[in-house]
Amino acid sequence: MRTPPGVKQSDFAQAVSQFETAVGKQYVYTSDEDVDLYRDAYSPFWGESEERAASAAVAPESVEQVQAVVRIANQFKIPLYTISTGRNLGYGGSAPNYSGSVVLDMKRMNRVLDVNESMAYALVEPGVSYFDLYRYIQERNLKVWLDVPDPGWGSPVGNSLDRGGGYTMPEFRFHFDCHCGMEIVLANGELLRTGMGALPGAKTWQQYKSGFGPWIDGIFSQSNFGVVTKMGFWLMPEPDAFLSGTVTVPRHTDLIPLIDTLNYLENSRICNGFTELSSPAMGLPAADDAAPMSPELAAIIARAVDGNSADLDRYAQSKGLGAWSAKIKFYGPGKALPVQWEYAKERFSKIAGATFKDGELIKLPLTPEQKDKVHKPEFGLPALSVFSMGARNANNPTPTNGHQWFSPIIARSGEAVFEANRIFAQAGREFGLPVPPFSIPFFFWERSFLFLFGFPVTHDVEKNKKTRAAFAKLVQIAAEHGFGEYRTAPAYQDLIMNTYSFNNHALRRFHERLKDAVDPNGILSPGRYGIWPRHLREQRK
Amino acid sequence: MSGRTTALLLAASFALGSGSGAQAADASKSPRGHEVFEKWCTPCHGHGADKPGTVALATLYQGAKPAMLEERTDLTPEIVKHFVRTGVTVMPFFRKTEISDADLDALALYLSSPGASSTGG
Repeated sequence: MRTPPGVKQSDFAQAVSQFETAVGKQYVYTSDEDVDLYRDAYSPFWGESEERAASAAVAPESVEQVQAVVRIANQFKIPLYTISTGRNLGYGGSAPNYSGSVVLDMKRMNRVLDVNESMAYALVEPGVSYFDLYRYIQERNLKVWLDVPDPGWGSPVGNSLDRGGGYTMPEFRFHFDCHCGMEIVLANGELLRTGMGALPGAKTWQQYKSGFGPWIDGIFSQSNFGVVTKMGFWLMPEPDAFLSGTVTVPRHTDLIPLIDTLNYLENSRICNGFTELSSPAMGLPAADDAAPMSPELAAIIARAVDGNSADLDRYAQSKGLGAWSAKIKFYGPGKALPVQWEYAKERFSKIAGATFKDGELIKLPLTPEQKDKVHKPEFGLPALSVFSMGARNANNPTPTNGHQWFSPIIARSGEAVFEANRIFAQAGREFGLPVPPFSIPFFFWERSFLFLFGFPVTHDVEKNKKTRAAFAKLVQIAAEHGFGEYRTAPAYQDLIMNTYSFNNHALRRFHERLKDAVDPNGILSPGRYGIWPRHLREQRK
Repeated sequence: MSGRTTALLLAASFALGSGSGAQAADASKSPRGHEVFEKWCTPCHGHGADKPGTVALATLYQGAKPAMLEERTDLTPEIVKHFVRTGVTVMPFFRKTEISDADLDALALYLSSPGASSTGG
């Protein structure tokens, strides 16, 4: 049996025995065979001594069992690492920040406690996946939608706590933002409810978010201050219809007025779906199985990134391609959406040479045949198609072993997109980093852009070392220019938290004071998002 | 994010699960195994060009074997268990709180029990 660092073997044996009494012997995993299943399948340290590994895992099925496990851990000072479904691949998995932690696996807490159609909310436990919740809603024919992230096997609780995002209306896409009410087991085993849930017998726990007094929910996300055992979410009422329309503009620099217009339309809720930006001229974003870009085009793009887009405009014109296309989406009444699209066209028409393509008005709900054809998450349908990334396909005969995301937040303007691309391209040349020729921004968040650089994870130690070095360099360069990442895997959490350093790391020092106050023994997920308990702070890299 | 494009391109290249007439896993031999497959495997190994597992196997076998696991007749319980617990390429391994040993036995029985014919995926 593996033992957590700093814990006496006899103490650990006693703790394990008490875990077994609390949750049942078959739900405490200590054999190598079982514990190895808690490795992060997409670990960028795969097979190296620095790969983080658990010592054991324990899987409670009720709040009382979670409380019991936490109390035992506190007594023996056993580090725990909490996972909901542990399927956050690319941003971390089921392996702890601190090697030797015992994984507190919440997968068996898989009850959908409530879904209310009229008030459009759900209350769920952490082990419920998006697939599970979707199935529950379908079986009852409830007219509410989920906003799902790319990996549908994730958990609404876990994904929200990691501050993941989705694809429907702006008020639902930021998953933590659309939660309403939490239940948390604290490090001493005490049970806490936030928002209206703090009122015994509350009738509005999932209807009013902030309750009374300081609104503390945020500190339980990307952190380690408690173990969330229930969480409420606002759901999207099933819309009557969906419409998309595409605007294409001719010049590279048209991105600036294009984004200004998109911002107005989305911030005014004239369009309310997930805008997809693409560059027909550059052929970006490329499909997962696209053939490699020609060196000629790469050189033209490189000049455009450096500020000279004349050749790229000429190239686009010669091929009859637009510089930029934005596919904008609308959810709402079938009668209203074409009018909204007409208005959007009016606004875009101020860009000289803008052309338009009308999309099909889709009446909802989708038929089963339609479901097979659409990008599922935009219709609230959980899926796993994102895992085509790096998978074997016609243009990729050598699949990877996973991926990891470098994900900086960029301001929502064309100028910022050009500036960030220039900075990353320059860094790419200077330090030989695998930077994409041009990053097309994603529209997950309401008021900002997200760049996503997907790097492969392999089982080749040397390749992984190079990728990690490139990742670290990009984090540093981004921070030097005022760009920070929104989320990352345990391997990079210290590195990135270290860049949020305003006033001598005032934020991290505040996190640490909180940690010391609410978890003095430092048993809950030590190191998660760069928050280390006092006795392990020297672990930080 | 760009999976849709992938799906469209590959749909033209491969038969990603044919459906009727194929030798397919027989749900009557292991109803629980069929349920486990539906819950845990179909999002990647179901029918359709947006299923990364099916696309990967279509590419790997180039028609020599069916791309859909439920249409395979050569799977043994051991090989099913091996892939579930060790993963392969981008497919991760599955923990026992997800697919218990009993459920894995049922799944392995289901995928290694081809029937005479089926409507398939």
